[in-house]
Amino acid sequence: MSEDIGWKVGGKQGEGIDSTGDIYAVALHRMGYYVFTYRHFMSLIKGGHTNYKVRSSNQVLRHHGDLVHVLVAFDPTTIDYNWHELVDGAVVIYDTAEFEAKAPDTRNVNLCGVPLTELAKESGNSIMKNMVAIGASACIHELDVEALRPVIQEKFGKKGPAVVEQNMAALQRGFAYFEEHFTVRFPLPRLKEQIPATTHLYASGNQAVGFGALAGGCRFLSAYPITPATEIMYWAIAQFPRYGGVVVQAEDEIAAMNMAIGANFTGVRAMTSTSGPGFSLMMEALGLAGMSETPVVVVDVQRSGPSTGLPTKTEQSDLNEALYGTHGEIQRIVLTPRTVEECFLLTAEAFNLAERYQLPVIVLSDMYLGMSSQTINEFPLDQIHHDRGKLLQVADLEKMGANTYQRYNLDVADGISARALPGQKNGRHVALGNEHSAVGLEIEDMPTRRAQVAKRQRKLADFQHFTGVYQEGNEKASAVLIGFGSTWGVLEEARLVLENSGFYLKHIHFSRLAPFPVEAFQKAMQGVETALVVEQNSTGQLAELIQKEVGFHDRLHRCLRFDGDPFTLQEIIARSEQVFSLGVLH
Amino acid sequence: MSTMADFKAEKPTWCPGCGDFGVLNAMQKACVNLGLAPEQVVVVSGIGCSGKMSQHFGGYGVHSLHGRSLPTAQAVKLANRELTVFAAGGDGDGYGIGMGHFIHAMKRNIDMTYVVMDNHIYGLTTGQASPTSDVGHQTKTSPHGTIESPIAPLQLALAQNCGFVAQGFSGNLKQLISLIERAVTHKGFSLVNVFSPCVTFNKINTYDFYREHLVNLDEEAGYNTHDRLTALDRVVGASNLVTGVIYEDPTRLSFADELFGYPKQPLAQASLELSKENYAEILTSFQ
Ligand SMILES: Cc1ncc(C[n+]2csc(CCOP(=O)(O)OP(=O)(O)O)c2C)c(N)n1
Ligand code: SF4
Repeated sequence: MSEDIGWKVGGKQGEGIDSTGDIYAVALHRMGYYVFTYRHFMSLIKGGHTNYKVRSSNQVLRHHGDLVHVLVAFDPTTIDYNWHELVDGAVVIYDTAEFEAKAPDTRNVNLCGVPLTELAKESGNSIMKNMVAIGASACIHELDVEALRPVIQEKFGKKGPAVVEQNMAALQRGFAYFEEHFTVRFPLPRLKEQIPATTHLYASGNQAVGFGALAGGCRFLSAYPITPATEIMYWAIAQFPRYGGVVVQAEDEIAAMNMAIGANFTGVRAMTSTSGPGFSLMMEALGLAGMSETPVVVVDVQRSGPSTGLPTKTEQSDLNEALYGTHGEIQRIVLTPRTVEECFLLTAEAFNLAERYQLPVIVLSDMYLGMSSQTINEFPLDQIHHDRGKLLQVADLEKMGANTYQRYNLDVADGISARALPGQKNGRHVALGNEHSAVGLEIEDMPTRRAQVAKRQRKLADFQHFTGVYQEGNEKASAVLIGFGSTWGVLEEARLVLENSGFYLKHIHFSRLAPFPVEAFQKAMQGVETALVVEQNSTGQLAELIQKEVGFHDRLHRCLRFDGDPFTLQEIIARSEQVFSLGVLH
Repeated sequence: MSTMADFKAEKPTWCPGCGDFGVLNAMQKACVNLGLAPEQVVVVSGIGCSGKMSQHFGGYGVHSLHGRSLPTAQAVKLANRELTVFAAGGDGDGYGIGMGHFIHAMKRNIDMTYVVMDNHIYGLTTGQASPTSDVGHQTKTSPHGTIESPIAPLQLALAQNCGFVAQGFSGNLKQLISLIERAVTHKGFSLVNVFSPCVTFNKINTYDFYREHLVNLDEEAGYNTHDRLTALDRVVGASNLVTGVIYEDPTRLSFADELFGYPKQPLAQASLELSKENYAEILTSFQ
């Protein structure tokens, strides 16, 4: 019996594939399983192929897994498209009313026709054919249909008890039909223990970013809808107003970014969230934040670029833009959360860093991390703290007296001059994107220019907050997998698979790339002879960054993927075997 | 009580005679008349000669990006509802590169005042055609005269149901002060478009030109500022060359009045902390 089960539902977009996957994933999560979901969809509303994968286990998952044990196919395309993922002996459930399933090759797969539409009609409405399919899946997984009731109640309760009962009936019919006609089963692994609901949470990276922002003191989000970042907005719209926060749907990302800057200038922790195209539109204002030393947090949930690219597919190709984007030179911090938990924590921390260093902090997530809902144990609430940096209080300014405050005071060893906020007496100043004097008037004289540039550069010269370099696996290993952000899960899992076969690797992962953690990384690289840099882009932006910052030119190999699908375990294992000539290692 | 001196900053760097001096004066005087303390006033300006307003005004300010004063200013107001917020800039800034924000600011209706120094020319970049340049105006970028139909800010504002629409003239300070006072007092987004002559690069739309052509609706007995269609009629009829409060709708609710859950206390003064109960509540939504 495998340790985890892969289940997938697929069909045409607009057929309710998403809600089918959601219901099943949430139901399994509520029963106590750990789930990891992955949504494959297209940038259109009706038609096209979409699928929703749910991987379930009795322990925490960090990847959606390569394999599918049960495939619910609402159309023939779903079978063809996902055939290669099916395990030996897998089940395909399809609607006999719609089509006759054909196997593309002779592999041993159970094509199980179920009259989904008919059974749905019998239950009250043909629209419930997805419920019938879930019922059949429950039979394959040896689950009690009644265990799904709370989720059904939650989803359809508003429509009245009759609708709930109809849906339950559809589930039961699907279960009964499969039980009667087919013997193939893929029971879910036994749950190890009953886990309290408070330490068994279901969240996506996007939701975690929203929550992290709120916990971090953010009370203002300005954003413009864009896949795959919009869910951050949704979360904030639902939650911020309950805790005194505001969400503004801006007319475009230029406005969104400038609004976030305006709110931060006024003293409210504020952020904007977007994806590539919007991030590009924010570049000029990013420079304004840098030059005017206004804190701001920008979340870029990356998708495949350039331009409109593959708008509903994942990528890690905005790294260079995050590191270097905007004309001129500014100081910035770039964080690359590895997990849902880190989406929460680093977004919260981004606000401390933004205020402490008075500059833009960019949180680089991506579609895979942002939109994959999964079970986690907890959010690290105990690590939340607030540090507003050098922020003057009314009393401080009163003591200083009139006309002494200098917003861009040059006489600061760490390069950080104190902020005053509108409304405060004696703190009047103008924040500006022009080069400026200590009091904040635009200047063009060379000594002042040089002094202000140097002042801003001092701010990050001694950045010690957290290294953002994580190391797993065998410390002495001479072979290392390197990644940043969302690939943490797949790399860890690949490393563990290899370790189980006796190949001991190291895994180094970044969750901060600017300023680049040179020392910590060099330390982690001690003894490393061969490195495989794994990243979801076509040019190897992280590998180039490493080469620029620390070297290792001869030791870096690349594993790149840029077709929109997230990495599979298998391709990382295969590439590792190739690059590291495994077998030599231990 | 604050005085004009309280609102003084560095000496402006505008050309002698530039219309923007009058606008600065009027903004400062209006704030004095309204009894505002300078630290309670934020001026967010764009880029251009007019964009220097934030630096010359003497309150808090953001000298933001070309065309982006409005989003910044709206957020300042939302972040601290007790502040008096101005956005200020030129016709290129507001009706060219920033046009999208202008329309949406009227749609959104946040309580603030937008002062546009409309000189029908790009001043800071030394004399190119602007969105409001008259047809036929010969500039560095329109040597054969502009051929595009100029943007008509008041007509746009009326079409977009802006709650307060006024037009002033740098050469009539008394009226301009009163227009700005009324704009600030209006609860919602207010537009004050000001004919503010560029004495250096615009030899057509001069002080004399305006003195000759402007019709003052404030002085017209019986002009009803609450009638949008009449307002539009008068503005079109006079080829935009009117001054005064053109239109006002004191009944329109502002963004802050309507925004779900918007706190009465300024956001900028709220605690960053969430309580244990808050966290418990949020965590339930993840179960
Ligand atoms: C994105 C961007 N594009 C172009 C410019 C150059 N620029 C600065 S001011 C200006 C136009 C100024 O005209 P207007 O807004 O009418 O203001 P005025 O100087 O006449 O007061 C331009 C084009 C800029 N600063 N930023
Ligand atoms: S160039 Fe024109 S707009 Fe600019 S300061 Fe001189 S007169 Fe004023």
